[in-house]
Amino acid sequence: MDDHVHTTPEDEHDSAYSGLLVNDAHWAFGAAPVPDGHGEDPLAGVDTTIPDGVDAATLATYALMLGDDALVMSHRLSEWTSNAPDLEDDIALSNISLDLLGQARLLLARAAKADASVVPVLPEGSPVPPEDALAFFREAQDFRNVRLAELVNGDFAEATVRVLLFSTWRLAIFERLRASRDHVLAAVAAKGVKELAYHRDYSARWFVTLAQGTDESRRRLLAALDLLWPLWPELFDTHAFEAAAAAAGVGVDPTSVREAAEGVLEQVLAAADVPRPEAPRRVGVLGRTGRDGMHGEPLGRMLAEMQSVARAHPLGQW
Amino acid sequence: MTLTETAPGASEADLERQFEATIARHDRIEPRDWMPEGYRRTLVRQIAQHAHSEIIGMQPEGNWITRAPSLRRKAILLAKVQDEAGHGLYLYSAAETLGVSRLELTELLLAGRQKYSSIFNYPTLSYADVGTIGWLVDGAAICNQVPLCRTSYGPYGRAMIRVCKEESFHQRQGYELLATMMRGTDEQRAMVQESVNRFWWPALMMFGPPDADSPNTAQSMAWGIKRNTNDELRQKFVDMSVPQAEALGVTLPDPELRWNEERGHHDFGQPDWEEFMEGVKGNGPCNAQRMAHRRRAHEEGAWVREAATAYAAKQRGAAS
Repeated sequence: MDDHVHTTPEDEHDSAYSGLLVNDAHWAFGAAPVPDGHGEDPLAGVDTTIPDGVDAATLATYALMLGDDALVMSHRLSEWTSNAPDLEDDIALSNISLDLLGQARLLLARAAKADASVVPVLPEGSPVPPEDALAFFREAQDFRNVRLAELVNGDFAEATVRVLLFSTWRLAIFERLRASRDHVLAAVAAKGVKELAYHRDYSARWFVTLAQGTDESRRRLLAALDLLWPLWPELFDTHAFEAAAAAAGVGVDPTSVREAAEGVLEQVLAAADVPRPEAPRRVGVLGRTGRDGMHGEPLGRMLAEMQSVARAHPLGQW
Repeated sequence: MTLTETAPGASEADLERQFEATIARHDRIEPRDWMPEGYRRTLVRQIAQHAHSEIIGMQPEGNWITRAPSLRRKAILLAKVQDEAGHGLYLYSAAETLGVSRLELTELLLAGRQKYSSIFNYPTLSYADVGTIGWLVDGAAICNQVPLCRTSYGPYGRAMIRVCKEESFHQRQGYELLATMMRGTDEQRAMVQESVNRFWWPALMMFGPPDADSPNTAQSMAWGIKRNTNDELRQKFVDMSVPQAEALGVTLPDPELRWNEERGHHDFGQPDWEEFMEGVKGNGPCNAQRMAHRRRAHEEGAWVREAATAYAAKQRGAAS
């Protein structure tokens, strides 16, 4: 195929893009339809062998926990699209949402590959890939995300605090997860560390700005911190599956990163001149919280919306 | 790029001659060059309208982000709507080189004194609309916009090059979604056809009224801001879309659509221009909703923008 483009003198003087200006065949409307590009395996080319001595169900459930955190948090952030205070922040929040969605896809695919029994069974002939079966065909009680991720969105101060708490915690976990014996989790963590460092930086800068900006912004920021603080301790609880994954060398025990995460948060609070909140932790139901599949009311509504089209077409191709 | 050297005390007539000569050479006018007031006003109006269209255009597709039926489609849609915000940024920046600020332009939009493309006043009613908007609406936008890469005002032309590259990608993604759905279930095929039925005529309207009723076209073409007439671009779009619709297996909802051997182009019917004019006047199906959404987001963000300004001022105060 001849893809060399001859530029006319009219266009040559002005930029590196000049070749683009002349031949309309460059643009999609001049081109043939794209070939079948869907249904790709997000784990293609990655070693998905389960490391020796690791229980498949443990690995799958652990991957689901990290994947559901990312999926649900990504969804809430995606709701900010076209609603942010300024264009730059609209773009930043959708970036964070996209990063987490990317992490979720890999982690759900990892869970399905490790133990197919975690994937809901769909009607015969359904082309729905495992990551989507997990995202769109599970009930709320099967989601393993922490409750912080699922709350209904508040104002921009609430988004700032939520992203700060979430990314500070998740980054501390991912820094250690890079050494996972599971190749997929190690690779997800290695990539995720860079993304989460940006999420933390973005939210920490806004945290300081809002704390030090106007009286109103400080009032809103403190209110958001009080609102979310009761869910912070839950992030460092150790669920039995997390303990088992950590013992097997594939996962990280959240309790083990508490000090590191608290240290980072203390620095942000100090820079913002914000006192550490005192609010007590929020209990669960009969001792069960997000990791056990015990959620608040908003998750069911969120999933009803998120899953509506996929569930209406279980045999559909997307 | 030309930076017109102007002798001190050059008369307005000299400046105008230099400007005309630059246009005649198909060279670019740059921000510091002299330009007629009418040229500047026309550009501000056109670039602002384009920027507003990108920002309002985030809403109809944004309507489906939370319901995207696969994680892959969700990522594609979220990234696309994010690109539209990015296009808004480039275009507001291009407009700022003409001496207006993003905030001023936003306020003109919210006051109803500047327009955005009427296509975004149509509702998105099924997930197929995400694909149709990519295929037909972005496709029509590309037809309009590729010639603008050669527009006479430098910053606008350069912004349009980036915009077009990304729009082209979106158009492919939209077409690919429709092609995939057409390989799915009967319900999905019906959903695609219904969506194409709703968007075909509005897509044709995107090129603006027929040339005979387009008051600004002649001056804009003389100034090199516009490079083709509305009807020329509309014809080009129809000719390109027909084979794509055939490949997809959908019917374009125009009984008058047929190949004209003599002209070497397709003949086609006219959209309902009365409905178009109602949309332009603010009476389209979603005008009120789109404006209310933008106004709410802008107002809800006011305290954040004020906080950022106050914080920056404090930092400057501390530094000095």
